[in-house]
Amino acid sequence: MALAKTGAAAREPARALSPFAVRQFRFWLTNYRRTWRGTVFSGLLNPVLYLGAMGLGLGSLVDAHGTASLGGVSYLQFLAPGLLASAAMQMAMGESTWPVFGSVKWLKTYQAAAATPLRPADLYYGHLLFTAMRLALNSVVFLVVMAAFGAVRSPWVIAALPVAVLTGLAFAAPLEAFAITCKKETAFLLIFRFGIIPLFLFSGTFFPITQLPAVIRPLAYVTPLWHGVVLCRSLSLGTATPGEALIHVGYLLALTCAGSFFACLAYQRRLYA
Amino acid sequence: MDMPAEGASGHTEAAGRLPEEQETYEGLSVPAGMVCDVAEREVLIRARGLTKVFGQFRAVDGIDFELTRGEVFGFLGPNGAGKSSTMRMIGCVSPPSGGELRIFGLDPVNDGPSIRARLGAVPQEDTLDVELTVRENLLIYGRYFGLRRDVIKERTARLLDFVQLAERADDQVEPLSGGMKRRLTIARSLISEPEILLLDEPTTGLDPQARHVVWDRLYRLKQQGVTLVLTTHYMDEAEQLCDRLVVMDRGKIAAEGSPRELIAAHSTPEVLELRFRIDEQEQAVEKLADLPDVRIEVLADRILVYTADGDAALADVGRCGLEPLTSLIRRSSLEDVFLRLTGRRLED
Repeated sequence: MALAKTGAAAREPARALSPFAVRQFRFWLTNYRRTWRGTVFSGLLNPVLYLGAMGLGLGSLVDAHGTASLGGVSYLQFLAPGLLASAAMQMAMGESTWPVFGSVKWLKTYQAAAATPLRPADLYYGHLLFTAMRLALNSVVFLVVMAAFGAVRSPWVIAALPVAVLTGLAFAAPLEAFAITCKKETAFLLIFRFGIIPLFLFSGTFFPITQLPAVIRPLAYVTPLWHGVVLCRSLSLGTATPGEALIHVGYLLALTCAGSFFACLAYQRRLYA
Repeated sequence: MDMPAEGASGHTEAAGRLPEEQETYEGLSVPAGMVCDVAEREVLIRARGLTKVFGQFRAVDGIDFELTRGEVFGFLGPNGAGKSSTMRMIGCVSPPSGGELRIFGLDPVNDGPSIRARLGAVPQEDTLDVELTVRENLLIYGRYFGLRRDVIKERTARLLDFVQLAERADDQVEPLSGGMKRRLTIARSLISEPEILLLDEPTTGLDPQARHVVWDRLYRLKQQGVTLVLTTHYMDEAEQLCDRLVVMDRGKIAAEGSPRELIAAHSTPEVLELRFRIDEQEQAVEKLADLPDVRIEVLADRILVYTADGDAALADVGRCGLEPLTSLIRRSSLEDVFLRLTGRRLED
């Protein structure tokens, strides 16, 4: 039997095929099968440590001084949804930099996929889809831990799950656009140190940004993390209003779309030289 | 030119348009013996004035070629000749800067996905997922082509047998040898049963033994009638595998034909290789230049005497009073063709 058919008659009949991006998503899933246990464990450990140390430990000191500036809720309840959004940001950072860079630079699996029917944009959206799945899984675990700690005040907290995922994607999309163009991976550590960590500390996760000096405050408004933190918090506390939610979601969506636009261009430029 | 892309219907269609085909055929500088039946020629790839420019550098500088179904077609040339750039354009992962390129009659820029669905690619650098197993690599790749799991499973067994990796099916790719990885890449490229297999320097970087195993597998594919396009800077690879090839140099095509035709057209049947003591070489060159019916090429370490009759030439050399340290009479090869056409050696 011939290994590669020569006649056109031997071609596969055109089948109704799943969109190309889903094929790339399945590639990442196959890879993930080897590491998922570890990631679920760290996804569980992370909120337990933070909520334990900061929510309960530090929180007992904060609560003793009165929490009027936090809106009258316990520090744990204030902190937990903020951490949910922050955790999504950090996961997005990890998922959209090194794996993307490695796929094009070290493993060259992107070049392999580019030789198949898949287009650069399919590779991008396939990975974004996978990132969204990981964000969702991680956020579910986080929410369960939050609930176990008694850090949830409203059933609306369920809506914080897609918001957390969207917060992550608002970071992942532009970071992917950047990562695929990188010649060296040193930039990622700089982004982490001088971008992600300051955002984590100053975007309203640990204290309301009204505590920040007035000159810096507008900076917090433009960072996607602040929008994610504020919306997750108001959902968890049950204080969200539709107008406020729309603005935050709109902003995060806009960033995701703009990032995706540039990421598709960057993928195309990198893979179709 | 709208050649039929569909095989079965293509034959009848082409037959119906015989006069037109005849014209096209005569327009090409292909020797008559090459094509037995004009109606059966189905052009899969056609390039006219194909160009690729990177900044100021013209990597591919206006080349013309055609590939017909069932043939093994090669691009022979040294590193930097533009072979890989040409290959990437055919593979629809590099848009041409100029000229025309049609693959299966389709435009690679607009129809990339549908063209790539019918191509298999073995890139110069291995792009296997070394963290996955041999089998998983084929699975992932088959899924990229939208194949069902059971189809992939059946083909995987067959292909791993073919490339002699069946017993490594569930091993990780990372520790495999270079030759094994190359064979796996070939197996992977065949998972979609491509109509054309593109091989960019398929044996570069392999040790001689591994190279011969790969050649053997490619030769089997050729015998099964698979259409192969390969680039190489090894003349023995080109001679053994290619039905027809183009010699590329500095982005241009220097010559085209079958290995035998190229040798007949650009070299002599035999080559006499002479080595002299270094201080005698210059003097020898002068004397050899006076020999009748020969052409000489002076290399750093030896002199090549191109002649129809090596023995006669060697006798002439003796009559001149020259005493080479060593002498060797061999048949002309593509290396000689390349030397003649470009003044340089292939593997420099």
